[in-house]
Amino acid sequence: MILKFDIPGDDFTRAGEASSAIKNKLKQTGFSPEVVRKVSIAVYEAEINSIIHANGGTITLTADEEAIVAVIADTGKGIPDIEAAMREGFTTACDNIRKLGFGAGMGLPNMRKYTDEFDIQSKVGKGTTVTMKIYNKQE
Amino acid sequence: MTINDISKLLNCEVLNCADKLESEVHTACGSDMMSDVLAYVKDQAVLLTGLLNPQVVRTAEMMDIICIVFVRGKSPDTAVIDLATEKGIVILSTKERMFEACGKLYTEMNKGKTL
Repeated sequence: MILKFDIPGDDFTRAGEASSAIKNKLKQTGFSPEVVRKVSIAVYEAEINSIIHANGGTITLTADEEAIVAVIADTGKGIPDIEAAMREGFTTACDNIRKLGFGAGMGLPNMRKYTDEFDIQSKVGKGTTVTMKIYNKQE
Repeated sequence: MTINDISKLLNCEVLNCADKLESEVHTACGSDMMSDVLAYVKDQAVLLTGLLNPQVVRTAEMMDIICIVFVRGKSPDTAVIDLATEKGIVILSTKERMFEACGKLYTEMNKGKTL
């Protein structure tokens, strides 16, 4: 199963629509609630990030019996220091975003926490791609 | 306890999903920071918050939270309530402040337990 979504970058109120559609589809397909929840949270965090920092992007999700792989890509400003960005509490989000309940510097660490494999590639001025894998059989 | 028990305890107004009030809930969390809810919450069924935007519902949806209690007398707009209804998430509104609401709920939920 392959699912693709565009993340609109201009409307924060729509943030989460793609993650919601993914969650529904995975539930219907019969993945366990635990796997569905992990994927949903990780993808939702990535979706929010792409809206806050990159004016949107794309989500490509591939699911089979072994695992679910989600790739969230944007063509935003990129991350100059990925090591810093991966630290809990590190954020470059503005006050407006914090008023909306986000921008605590937990997004990237949280994505890594909820996924079995996590990779982030970023080039300043070019964009960021996050690849996350969650195995279907959880220990 | 049930969502209905929470509603009575905190003197809530029920804003949607009145047919789901008998759902059982055993844990709750209180936060205005959705980032923290996503990062720290595990298996909590109820979210108490003073934040009113649609991402509260989206966050609850992702975390499998089945009831949102808006504190300090806040009430979200109809778009937020409609979204919650679509997702089967009960919305309650209480005049209690966050601290008082969490305290009352914590006490009630943990009655009889060895803490």
